[in-house]
Amino acid sequence: MSLPDAAKVSGWRSAAIVEAAPLTPRVKRIVLGLDPPLRFRAGQHVDLRLTAPDGYQARRSYSIASAPETPDRLELAIEKLEDGEVSPFFHEVAEVGDAIDLRGPIGGHFVWSVEDGGPLLLIGAGSGVAPLMSMVRHRAARRDRTPTALLLGARTAADAPYREELLALAAADASLGIIFLLSRQTPQGPFDRAGRVDAQSVRAATEGWPGPARHVFVCGSNPFVNAAAEAALAGGAASASIRTERYGG
Amino acid sequence: MATRGFTGRRTPDDHAARTPPGQALTTDFPVLSAGPTPKIALADWSFTLKVGPRPVARWSWEEFSALPRTSYVRDIHCVTTWSKLDTAWEGVLVDDVLAAAGLAPPTGFTLAHGFDDYTTNVPTADLVGGKAMIATAYDGAPLEPDHGGPARLLVPHLYFWKSAKWLSGLQFTERDEAGFWELRGYHMYGDPWREQRYDDDA
Repeated sequence: MSLPDAAKVSGWRSAAIVEAAPLTPRVKRIVLGLDPPLRFRAGQHVDLRLTAPDGYQARRSYSIASAPETPDRLELAIEKLEDGEVSPFFHEVAEVGDAIDLRGPIGGHFVWSVEDGGPLLLIGAGSGVAPLMSMVRHRAARRDRTPTALLLGARTAADAPYREELLALAAADASLGIIFLLSRQTPQGPFDRAGRVDAQSVRAATEGWPGPARHVFVCGSNPFVNAAAEAALAGGAASASIRTERYGG
Repeated sequence: MATRGFTGRRTPDDHAARTPPGQALTTDFPVLSAGPTPKIALADWSFTLKVGPRPVARWSWEEFSALPRTSYVRDIHCVTTWSKLDTAWEGVLVDDVLAAAGLAPPTGFTLAHGFDDYTTNVPTADLVGGKAMIATAYDGAPLEPDHGGPARLLVPHLYFWKSAKWLSGLQFTERDEAGFWELRGYHMYGDPWREQRYDDDA
């Protein structure tokens, strides 16, 4: 097996925040300007490093939400952890113009390119939507029509990152199916269902496909990923087709 | 250069010396794995030693449970930047597995295999001399599936992806063969004290 060049990890480099805005009440969109650009594959992440005045450093991994086709603007979706050290900085302190140390891209497993084909089943919740968003945006940028189903868990419609963009993408592309699973709100539109990710919603999302998903990507907190991977298995996906990315601790 | 407005949360001084660079302490036990958690019935479980392609010893769960047991309290360090101090494990030292098979370490390198087809490479010298075990219990209870049960490799002095979950066997190899994450950009050795996270780290 060989690695694509894009999987080589860069050394630390500095990038400026060029956009910072809330995506939902708990998730903030941070866009880093990159010159030279950073080549990566949809699904990969970067490490960010913050340095205190006395030299103390903290680093965390964040999945890339933007498409590989825009390698000079790296978008991250950062969820605020109440007892966190780094995420509160991005929510409460960081502003456009701030310089952040960055290293990447990292990870050669949770990746998908249009060349990998499908059908493609993507399941996420919270900021776990980020790497799936990169895949969906990559697919759209390449005008690819791989049968794709996206299952997104959220408490309410307002808690689902990228909802408007995803609804617009699905409206323009019959091969892209989207279901929002709302756990604390009644359905707000034709793309919403009540409840959580389960075998039934997996079957609903993949209805009409000639066979089971060839690639399944699940991203979110560990309990969510465990439940969603079980749902994908019960919904007919093969164990070896399921790749997971878990946010823990 | 300092990041504007960042002060950070320090590790308490009494623990700082035990926390490798770039790591932060956690009291949770986060779960990280590349796929679904496999469910392995003890009746279906076995552990195999191979030298190259050749199986040289194999234990059922019952046979493995009869091998000498060792308890460990160790600090563990995950490449995703969490460290956890004083984790308590019980299992069978790799030394005792080799002794039960009547083998001296056959080659300089080892590839650990999981039931989920995960692999990871560790120099054999890092597995013997009491440095590593096949753990079957954590914190006094059978190892949970999420954390690699029934049995996982435990190599606490290296980043935790080297401690393969759902261990099915150890394969001794002539060359240092890259495993699952090592083929995907992670370091061949993975010493947390030297921050050997990715393949271009010294």
